[in-house]
Amino acid sequence: MSLVSVAKAAQLRAAFESAGAIPVETGVLQPAETLLDLYGEDIRARAYVTHDPVQGEMMLRPDFTVPVVQMHMSDGAEPARYTYSGKVFRRQERHPERPVEYLQVGFEIFDRADPAAADAEVFALFADLLKGYALRAVTGDIGVLTAAVAGLGASERRHAALMRHLWRPRRFRQLLDRFSGKTPMPPTRRALLAEADPMARATPMIGLRSEAEIAARIEALRADAAEPPLSAEQVALIDAVLAVKAPGPFALERLRDIAVDLPALTPALTRMARRLEALSARGVDVGRLGFEASFGRTSMEYYDGFVFGMIAEARPDLPPVATGGRYDALTRRLGQGREIPAVGGVIRPDALMQMEGAA
Amino acid sequence: MIKLGVPSKGRLMEKTFDWFGTRGVSLSRTGSEREYAGAVDGVENVALVLLSAGEIPRELAAGRIHLGVTGTDLIREKLVQWDQKVEQMAELGFGHADLIVAVPACWVDVDTLDDLDAAAAAFRARHGHRLRIATKYHRLVRDYLRDGGVSDYQLVDSQGATEGTVANLTAEAIADITSTGETLRANHLKVLAEEPVLRSQATLFRSRCAPLDEADRATLRLLRDRIGV
Repeated sequence: MSLVSVAKAAQLRAAFESAGAIPVETGVLQPAETLLDLYGEDIRARAYVTHDPVQGEMMLRPDFTVPVVQMHMSDGAEPARYTYSGKVFRRQERHPERPVEYLQVGFEIFDRADPAAADAEVFALFADLLKGYALRAVTGDIGVLTAAVAGLGASERRHAALMRHLWRPRRFRQLLDRFSGKTPMPPTRRALLAEADPMARATPMIGLRSEAEIAARIEALRADAAEPPLSAEQVALIDAVLAVKAPGPFALERLRDIAVDLPALTPALTRMARRLEALSARGVDVGRLGFEASFGRTSMEYYDGFVFGMIAEARPDLPPVATGGRYDALTRRLGQGREIPAVGGVIRPDALMQMEGAA
Repeated sequence: MIKLGVPSKGRLMEKTFDWFGTRGVSLSRTGSEREYAGAVDGVENVALVLLSAGEIPRELAAGRIHLGVTGTDLIREKLVQWDQKVEQMAELGFGHADLIVAVPACWVDVDTLDDLDAAAAAFRARHGHRLRIATKYHRLVRDYLRDGGVSDYQLVDSQGATEGTVANLTAEAIADITSTGETLRANHLKVLAEEPVLRSQATLFRSRCAPLDEADRATLRLLRDRIGV
């Protein structure tokens, strides 16, 4: 990080303020429990953990979105636009050459009125601020994926399992293979289901997980074994959705074709169409704006609708220069009973300056 | 002078001495029983450094010793990008132990990582906290569970008597080193029917970070030649 990055960050933040955002600050130390609840144990491999004798485990903020959402949910007025600028901290065990602290400048919109317009506002603002740089923009929509999974018509149990692992493509595929009968049942499970009374050997009972919980899981396994496998056609539909990769309007056309056999997609596609209109209205050339259905699946789990990234293709060594998306569900999880549609994104000034060769 | 780090006590030390001894390099402790000093006979200019097995990875990575004998488990847990810091020269054929994940034997429904993941999801919904796995091998176990697609768990630190944590209600499952599995069985635990997190054994490592002058290089060549690695 250099002085020019700091100056660039200030300039970006000022631009976000001009776009109507209120500047906010968040603590560098965040309670670890909230982040662990959201991301699970994996966050420990990506964030620095420290300890406070009174407050317990704390993390050096790995991003701003979570504290900004918490702040808004506790005392924010509606609608709201926020901007922030500061360092985030990430452990880089697998890539020691990457920076462990770097600047992020962000812009977030909390607004119920018109989510498609808010999506377009964020994207168009980012595209405008970064228009001098050789970046490829790519978009996606996690809402299309969740609609596709819901549209499979699998049991509630299978649906929940697939949704839980939507952000882990390999595990998601394993589950699809299992539910479609492509991978056979593991021998241990086959043996368990063949037993008349497996609970008879559940002895002695130790630990917090109770006999009733074990029995309930065996019931669930029996029910799952009795459920017909997902058909090859159903799996093919999911694969077709995941494979969509084309400029926005063409991607929408392709998804509409798929929706003939997977009508549950339609509401998500209506939202996607409205977003494309809103983007056009803001001057974005959607005919050249890439849409990749799988985009955003491996990033932070909180995005649940529109997602976007701006990537320096000539510099594969750099992280995405900007990323963002919609996170309605996160406001619900952190809102203690309240929720509000929200969308936003961050720019990494250091990466921008490196593109210019100045950092 | 080439510095060779060897575990300072117990069977690991004795078996390491035996391993080198059968190859014509005699290692021995000098001074009193309690003094951590050693001698090397059979090759000139090699010094024996007696250390805790757990400290050998760090000393190798810092380049303070040139060679060291320790378990693969400790190297991989303690060194980020271990293969850039040390070279594995020879597996010594003893100190075998697997790092495994074990769950209560009464969990008749859990044998695979897929089962563990499903049980963890249900456990969290029922108990309001993530399923706790006690271990001291945080990095290795976290990587293993991520690759295995397990979520909704948390690691709790346990530096000893890990097998007892389940009965004591401080963890629901454990990840630990085991050689025979007897302690697991005695504590009513069973190993998952999956590949272990890691198969470990005593291994001779060479530091990629320790400085070597011409004389050191010659000594190292001679030593490698003598022990045949």
